[in-house]
Amino acid sequence: MNAKSFANSAALAPSKVEALKAAAVALVLGFGLVWLAGFAYPESAHDAAHDTRHALSFPCH
Amino acid sequence: MIARVLTTGVIAGLVAGLAVAALQHFTTTPLILAAEVYETAQHAHEGVDAGPAFSGLSRTAATSVATIAVSIGYALILLAAMLLSGDRIAPRRAALWGAGAFAATGLATSLGLAPQLPGMAETDLAARQIWWLATAASTGVGLFALLRLGSTAANIAGVALIVAPQFFAPHPATPESMAPAELAARFAASSLAVQAISWALAGALAGLVWRLLSHEKEAS
Repeated sequence: MNAKSFANSAALAPSKVEALKAAAVALVLGFGLVWLAGFAYPESAHDAAHDTRHALSFPCH
Repeated sequence: MIARVLTTGVIAGLVAGLAVAALQHFTTTPLILAAEVYETAQHAHEGVDAGPAFSGLSRTAATSVATIAVSIGYALILLAAMLLSGDRIAPRRAALWGAGAFAATGLATSLGLAPQLPGMAETDLAARQIWWLATAASTGVGLFALLRLGSTAANIAGVALIVAPQFFAPHPATPESMAPAELAARFAASSLAVQAISWALAGALAGLVWRLLSHEKEAS
C-alpha cells in the first residue's frame, strides 16, 4: 500500500512541477497586469486607467 | 500547461473585462463624470486648471482596456491560486475563489479606504497603496487559513491576519469634497458591486474556458 502510494506520487511529480511552473508564471503576469492598470505611477498609465481605478476601488487620486 | 493557463486567463479575462467595462459604463462612470463637474468647479474656484486627460469615446476605450487588463490579471491570479492549492479548476469552484478574493481586495480594503469619487479628500497615495496591498494579501492568507486549513492554530492565525491590518488603516483625510453625499454613497455601493462581479465573472469564465480547453486536449 505504502509502496503503491509512493509510486503514485512519484508518477505525479512531473505534472506537479509543471503545475507549479504554470502557477508561478500566471501569478507574476496576473499581478503585473493588475499593478499596471491599478497602481502604476506613470501619468499615461494613471490617466488611461483612471476610471477603472476608481470603479474597482484601487487607491487613486 | 503554461500555454493552457495563459490562454485560459486571456480568454476569460477578455470576456469578463468586456462585460465589466459595459457595466462600468452604466454604473460607476456616470457617477465619476458627475463628480468631476463638482471637482472642476472647486478647482476653478481655487484657480487650478486640471481637466481629465481623456474624454468621450477615447476615455471609454481607455477605461475598457484598463478593465480588461485587470480582469485578465484577476483570472490569472485565480488560476494560479487554484493550481497552487491543488484544487480542481471548475466554474463554480473558481467563482468561489473569486468571492474570497473579493472579500480580501474589496470588503477588507473598503473598511479602511472607502471607494472614492474623484475630488474627494485624500491622504498620501503611496501610503494608501501600501496599506491596500498589505491588507488584501493579509486578508487573503487569513481567509485561506480559516477556510482551508481548519486547525485551531490556523483559525486563530486566520482571524488575526484578517483583523490586524484594520488597526493600521490610513487616517481619513479632512472632508473637502463638494460632491453630494448621495453621489458618493451610490458610488461606494456600485463600485463594490462592480468589483464583486469582476472577480466572480473572471473566476467562473476561467473555470469554464479551462474545462473546454481540457476537453479539447483530451479529445485530440
